Amino acid sequence: MLDIFTEVRLWEIVVLSLGVSLAAVLFATALGLPLGAAVAVGRFPGRRTVVVLLNALMGLPPVVVGLAVYLLLSRAGPLGELGLLFTPPAMVIAQTVLITPIIAALARQAIEDAWREYEEQLRSLGAGGSGAALTLIWDTRFSLVTAVLAGLGRASAEVGAVMIVGGNIDGVTRVMTTAIALETSKGDLPLALGLGVVLIAIVLALNAAAMLVKEAAQRRYG
Amino acid sequence: MMLPLTLREVSFLHIIKPLSLEIEAGPSTVILGANGAGKSVLMRLMHGLLAPTSGRVAWNSPGRQAMVFQRPIMLRRSVLANVVYALEVAGRKADGAMEALREVGLAHLAHKPARVLSGGEQQRLALARAWALHPEVLFLDEPTASLDPSATREIETVIRAFDAAGTKIVMATHNLGQARRLGDEVIYLHQGRVIERASADRFFSQPATAEAAAFIKGELPWD
Repeated sequence: MLDIFTEVRLWEIVVLSLGVSLAAVLFATALGLPLGAAVAVGRFPGRRTVVVLLNALMGLPPVVVGLAVYLLLSRAGPLGELGLLFTPPAMVIAQTVLITPIIAALARQAIEDAWREYEEQLRSLGAGGSGAALTLIWDTRFSLVTAVLAGLGRASAEVGAVMIVGGNIDGVTRVMTTAIALETSKGDLPLALGLGVVLIAIVLALNAAAMLVKEAAQRRYG
Repeated sequence: MMLPLTLREVSFLHIIKPLSLEIEAGPSTVILGANGAGKSVLMRLMHGLLAPTSGRVAWNSPGRQAMVFQRPIMLRRSVLANVVYALEVAGRKADGAMEALREVGLAHLAHKPARVLSGGEQQRLALARAWALHPEVLFLDEPTASLDPSATREIETVIRAFDAAGTKIVMATHNLGQARRLGDEVIYLHQGRVIERASADRFFSQPATAEAAAFIKGELPWD
């Protein structure tokens, strides 16, 4: 079992997994934080429905997201021309769809709580709308780290979406979770277990690093 | 000239009963009353943070106004950046920020994070934010209610500096000493109604209503 740690292929899988999930987190953060802030600060008809929808979408089943993205990207689908199906970009798209609602919903809650506290002061200073939303994103940045980490956790742990749109092709779209699923079904439990340990170790390390940075910054800025 | 500020038959839910009021330029105005009299709501109606249920709040002309709250909200950034933020939102250059901090005696803390300041320092920073804007009118809602006596003195010194610089002060308080120290005229609010308005000297020496007299003597208003 220890042999797997010295295999080049394993590290390829690890690097691809991290690359896909981190890219998805990047895109989902860029989409989710402004979306969450807009819902938190905005007053528009149907706002409560949007909040319920965002919260519900946190529980999107990865296989369903995978299927939807598969249909979009398949040869006959509306985005079939791009030829992205069974490539890493397709996996990034699927994971972005999966975790944007998670980051948006958690950000919405954190920013709305802050808005309650800041609203009078910001309105008194003359900040409203997008200006206030940006101020709140920056002021809740420590809470938002947790929202982003939740997205990363979901992205790095899911199998269904990347399996469907990536296809688990050896050397191209095989990531840790799909490799684990494959090795388990093949009966190579030691390899599957080894991969599982690596996956958990990486997620732990990323979270620990984020926590340390957050705490240091929080001590600095109160 | 923003002032006078005119309130015509303004009410807010059941908290403020329909009242008409004119706030003129010049001497500082203290809105005095017990907890729950409606002071904070009246201030917010004047400042524009609340829309009246009925009636009209009208300024003579548009202009710069600022408000300092009982509990200051500090942005999670440095002391200086808090003042710069206020200036930027107002569309002003950030030049005046340091001068405003000097005015309230916080220049030496300019690069500290605002959220780790003491309560008194935070309130002075809130005043610096207002100072930097050079408002024509400054609303203060119980600015020293949660501060100790020495911090209160410091805040009152800054408020006097605003007054001396020509800013109209409108301050809500339930602190009689503070009203006497800072107020030129007193508006006495009781259960959402203005029941007395007089110069501070006159209000404290010969209150015209039994409620105000009882409040000054420190009697419980429901006796």
